[in-house]
Amino acid sequence: MGQRSNWKIKKINHMVLVFIDHAEGQIKKSSLEALSYGVKIAELLNTEAEGILLGTVTSNLADLGKYGAKKIYQVSSESLNHLDSQADAKVLTEVVNATGAKVIVFSNNLSGKAIAPRLSASLRAALVTGAVALPETTSGFVVKKTVFSGKAFAHVSLNTPIKIISINPNSYQVVEGSGTAEVVPLNVEIKDSKIKVSGVSKTSGEVPLTEAEIVVSGGRGLKGPENWGMIEDLARLLHGATACSRPVADAHWRPHNEHVGQTGIAIAPNLYIAIGISGAIQHLAGVNRSKVIVVINKDPEAPFFKAADYGIVGDAFEIVPKLIEAVKKLKGVA
Amino acid sequence: MKILICISKTPDTTAKIAFKDNNTKFAADGVQWIINPYDEWYALVRAIEIKEKDSTAILHLICVGAADADPIIRKALALGGDEAIRVNADSHDSFYIAAQIAEIAKLGGYDLIFTGKETIDYNGSSVGGMLAALLDLPFISLASKFELDNITATVTRQIEGGEETDEVKLPIVVSCQKGVAEQRIPNMKGIMSARSKPLKVVEPVVIEPLTSIVSFELPPAKAGVRLVSADHPEELIRLLHEEAKLI
Repeated sequence: MGQRSNWKIKKINHMVLVFIDHAEGQIKKSSLEALSYGVKIAELLNTEAEGILLGTVTSNLADLGKYGAKKIYQVSSESLNHLDSQADAKVLTEVVNATGAKVIVFSNNLSGKAIAPRLSASLRAALVTGAVALPETTSGFVVKKTVFSGKAFAHVSLNTPIKIISINPNSYQVVEGSGTAEVVPLNVEIKDSKIKVSGVSKTSGEVPLTEAEIVVSGGRGLKGPENWGMIEDLARLLHGATACSRPVADAHWRPHNEHVGQTGIAIAPNLYIAIGISGAIQHLAGVNRSKVIVVINKDPEAPFFKAADYGIVGDAFEIVPKLIEAVKKLKGVA
Repeated sequence: MKILICISKTPDTTAKIAFKDNNTKFAADGVQWIINPYDEWYALVRAIEIKEKDSTAILHLICVGAADADPIIRKALALGGDEAIRVNADSHDSFYIAAQIAEIAKLGGYDLIFTGKETIDYNGSSVGGMLAALLDLPFISLASKFELDNITATVTRQIEGGEETDEVKLPIVVSCQKGVAEQRIPNMKGIMSARSKPLKVVEPVVIEPLTSIVSFELPPAKAGVRLVSADHPEELIRLLHEEAKLI
């Protein structure tokens, strides 16, 4: 694909380009975080931030100006609504070349993990995934990222003219102001995807686990899947998501996509409530980036208490119903 | 059917994480090294299962690393790889690793390339995607189920908002996570035969890494847990509301 002659794009020095991800017609919250992060980087570099959206959404893209984007490029081909990193990275390579973007920001979500590495290799542009803070630009361009499954951080220097950053979900606050973005449609010829989608199943929970600000998680201490009602109730009252430990997923008490930990998924909510989970090092690796950890366990020696901010030593079957009552009272729910 | 499985050497999941030389290097003294669990439990075991159904399948392992990676490569051979290639180089960054593997893959005529979804040390989750880009192949990220029918793969993968099942023709690159297969333990026959399986060492091609690590940092220690009496759980809700301001 060569650059379209009908694209009238004014190149901006050092422009920051943010990949705007969406699912089912809705822009992902993690992309609003990425956009806010990209806008702040643009401010640091004394330049502007623009967005690129592949596919179609139901919301008005001009509203992304509220988060500080000056322009949103859109390639509104229906086929791009479906994740195919090969097609996506080809279009993005073309857009980066045409706009002269020097910093490209993704959310390090499931789409970002598929597309950003491809774009990095295609542009020979340095990539850091799992970023947790703004870049240090005083000497060079250095980004802090999580390593060793959240047990440490690395400061990574990006050593190429074009730089790509994938920011971890829930690591940068969405900053909302006012403004309107100019929406610039781009026409790109898209080849047929080599990936044929034969089935899709939506996540059942109301709040996707990786995006949830509050997560209520249960372990073996809950004794069986029939006891998950109170976990779900507490999560629902707190507008949170439910999760579980590895033995619970392995025993098929809960679906595998709820398993958080070293070999499951890693999450970083504002509040993680662990109920009946002892806190093995492998479990901690998946949740140690949570801002506040609450542990409820009847064993006072449970290792999880060492990583917790708040704790209750006691029987979950007595405590959780009381917590539910207290939350209902707080929220004025009958 | 020729399958290339990319494996990495990582510290054991319970290893103490510490740094030395002014926080510029991982303190590896006394650390147990393992095959990155995603590479072993999911990518490698799934490949072994494919070979168990189709004995003509050939499984090649590739690892970019120094000679100290040989023990984990031997373990992977004991589990069931046919032969291994080690690119004799430090694994500078994801792009360097992907580019080295791409050089081997270009000549190998592989139908299928498996990686783990990420390594548990640098958590880059990048080599698979980069490799697919360098080889211009379709990339299925974060697969949780993988079936093969001749040259068509049916793969379930995680996408934003749920799961998707895809059909895609080989050759492809797939990054594997939980669900694709189950962890196995090598048996004595495997361990014995691994000693005589070929482990070819090749020198790296010249590739400039795109990134470098300036320093490491440990997270600040937690202040300590604040315990609430089990007789008054409502106090926890009050603290989360008034003090932590989270609910």
